[in-house]
This record gives sequence, C-alpha cells and structure tokens, in this order.
Amino acid sequence: MTEMASDLPAAVRDLMNKPHYVEQTEFPIEIGYVYSMCAAVQDGNPLYWDPAVARELTGGQITPPAMLSVWFKRHHWAPGAIGDRRPMQLYFDIKDMLGLPEGIVASNEATFGEPVRIGDVLTISQYCRSISELRDARLGRGRYCVMEIETVNQRGEWCGTDTYNFLIYIKGGR
Amino acid sequence: MSAVRSLIFAEVEEGQALSPLVHPVTATTVVLGAIASRDWRPMHHDKDFAINRNGTKDIFINTPTNAAWFQRFVTDWTGPKGRLGKMKFKMKIPVFPGDTMTLSGRVVRKSVDDTGCCWIDLDLAVSVGGKVNTECQARFALPADAGDNPWERHGDRWKP
Repeated sequence: MTEMASDLPAAVRDLMNKPHYVEQTEFPIEIGYVYSMCAAVQDGNPLYWDPAVARELTGGQITPPAMLSVWFKRHHWAPGAIGDRRPMQLYFDIKDMLGLPEGIVASNEATFGEPVRIGDVLTISQYCRSISELRDARLGRGRYCVMEIETVNQRGEWCGTDTYNFLIYIKGGR
Repeated sequence: MSAVRSLIFAEVEEGQALSPLVHPVTATTVVLGAIASRDWRPMHHDKDFAINRNGTKDIFINTPTNAAWFQRFVTDWTGPKGRLGKMKFKMKIPVFPGDTMTLSGRVVRKSVDDTGCCWIDLDLAVSVGGKVNTECQARFALPADAGDNPWERHGDRWKP
C-alpha cells in the first residue's frame, strides 16, 4: 500500500518511505527471556530447550519468531533515563503534524525473516508507508495510516517487519 | 537426522482442524508473559490499575503473549520444523485470570511458492466460554518431505 493523500503538508510528505528513529537493541539477544516466554505459554518446542536440536535444525539457538517485538522494549528504569520513550515515535510525530490527536490500531501484521539468534544485535527503522485522504469514520474524521517497523540483524539480514494500520482522527470532526 | 518428529506438508489437508488446547488462565499466566515480553505496563500486573484506569475487570494477557500462545499451539502440532512466516491478529476481548481459554484452529489453504517452499495458512482463535476473544491468521512453512527443512531457507528462498 503506497497511498499518499494529495493534501498532506510538505513536511509530512517528506517523511514518507524514509527510515526514521533508527535504533539498536539495548542488549545482545539473550536466552533468559526465551525461557521465560516458553514457560509463560508452556512451549516445549525443543528448538528453544535443546541446543542439539537447535544446532541440527537451525544452525544454533534461535528465539521464537513471535518474540521479535520484545527485543526493542525499553528497560523499565535505566541510569540517567528521563521520561517515557515511546516505541513508535514516528506515529506520534505524524499525528501531531496532521492535528489528529487520537489513534487506534485497525490491524497489525508481522512478517518474519531470518531467525533472531542468541547474541544478535538488532536494529529497527520506522517507516510511514501511506496516509489516506481525510474521511469520516465511526470514531471521527481522520486518515488511515500504514506504518512499518523493519528489523535487521548485525549482518544486515532482514529479520522481520511489523506493519500497523492506524486510524488517526479527531473526535467529533465529522 | 533428528529423532524429533515434524509434520510434513503431504500430511495436512485444507479444512483440517487442529486439536483444541484448553488452558486455565491465572494471574501468574498473565504476569509471566508480561515480564517475558518486557512489557512493564501496569494493566498487565496491577489489578487496581487495570480496574480503575483501564476500566477492565482485572489484569489481562498482553499482545506478545497472545502471539506466543498461538505460536506454541501451532508448533505443538507441526513439530520444530514448522516455521512461522506471518501472523496477523485482532484482540477483541481481553483474557483475564479465572478465564479458561481454548485455542482452536483450522487449515484454510495449502500452497507451494515459486521457490518450492510449502505453506499452510491457518485461521486461529482464542475463545472463552464459547466467545472469540482473539482472532489470528498465521502462515507457517512445513517440510515438503522428511529430508526438507524450512529453517534452511534464507534470502530469496524465504518469501513469507
């Protein structure tokens, strides 16, 4: 989807399809969180518990693909950290620039590439892929907006993409 | 060759239903998942916050934990060679401690892409008391035969 509304301010148009807020994971990927998640959902998949099976099938220990978004969550506290850092800042920037203060996730899809391995250092980039014309929705007047978070590993290999379809809107703007 | 068995593509049929998985949810279930997914938001561990600020009846399972439940449900069936390619889902009603959740699923489509990778598309759901709380569509690669391994696909040979 590459829709770009004709009435977007130049500053917003300039943000489209370019990487923003490029950042690395705060720590190398580690097995402890994998064990915790497998314990939480009682996942006995030997890929995560048996290093010999992992070595044979995937060339070494990997993390469950569905954990991809986990690796970019900030520490709850860190020395010198001030205020909340929001996970999808580009979304908030675009809402502010378009004067549309409310937003909901209409749908979310994740696509998984190269498995994330123990010890990997991942990098994410945020993209805005499309913004629709203004339209009236049940919640108010607004635009549909597609954002992606793309993840690559330290070798530049694509590990996955999270795609969010947001409705950003102003209440009662009909 | 591993002694761990995996399902192969020919053993699956369109329309096939997976055996349901039933799990009683506790506060521990919710909190374990939140911690494992580094989700420190209070509605996943603080009942007072969940009730008074979120307006829900209790803490509830977060999105990454929901995804992990779906992943586990499918790979319990496929075995370790089943490789997740894509997942899309919609959380309609939260899942709370005290709920008995049932995961269910059905194969809606089988296909082979231009690289020879064998795919199954599944419709999955988490339900409580017969009502669907979360809907999910997922795409998994399966081995074409006992010698094949989807995890060996990289770059242009992996097109989820």
